[in-house]
Amino acid sequence: MKIVAVCGMGIGTSVLLKMNAEKVLQDLGIDADIEAADIGVARGAAQTAEIVLTSEELAPEIGDVPARVIVIENFFDLDEIHKKLSAAVQ
Amino acid sequence: MAINLAEELSSITTNATASDWREAIRRAGDGLVAGGVTTEDYTEQMIAAVEEHGPYIVIAPGVALAHARPSESVKKGGLSWVSLASPVEFGHKSNDPVSLVIGLAALDHTAHIEVLRAVAGILSDPATRSGLDAAASAEEVRSLLARAASPK
Repeated sequence: MKIVAVCGMGIGTSVLLKMNAEKVLQDLGIDADIEAADIGVARGAAQTAEIVLTSEELAPEIGDVPARVIVIENFFDLDEIHKKLSAAVQ
Repeated sequence: MAINLAEELSSITTNATASDWREAIRRAGDGLVAGGVTTEDYTEQMIAAVEEHGPYIVIAPGVALAHARPSESVKKGGLSWVSLASPVEFGHKSNDPVSLVIGLAALDHTAHIEVLRAVAGILSDPATRSGLDAAASAEEVRSLLARAASPK
């Protein structure tokens, strides 16, 4: 499974999101490749991904992609990420 | 091995005052400049990032991770820490108001991953977080961070 974690610049928030999502996926026993990307790269990367993780502000900027876009509110809240990711992969 | 964030922070400011989000980011930028991490241009780039993309840098309740792209304005990787005397609104739907602004500068897209991991680890812990919010001096922040980094 391919997942893209998206933020504005691709160095800060998306990297945090990637790290926490990896923890969650490990718990769920799901093998996934998570890429951290900035918003420009993300539109392309999302074409071949199944899931896009991002914040509420950036979700509309990703535009029309085949991937499922999941909005995370608190990037430090593993429970929130767990809940949303596990619902999406079922 | 856990990173000691206290050693990674180029500058720590507590009880900073800022009248709005731009000024709050500017305080974090000042810290990066004072620590020899970035030039003043980088501060303006951090503000421009929010103007362009909205307050997405407010990544958790009360916490903003201010940053911009790696560029010539970055001399080395580094972090600054600014806790605000009075929280300011960034315009974020669920995580406002912000009481802690962390400034981040990185030389490339892969540097600083371990530092970010340490930041996430520390701020995910509610007890550590409330201690840090209440810390009145840079020394206090450093000692809390050092304690959080040492094996339990």
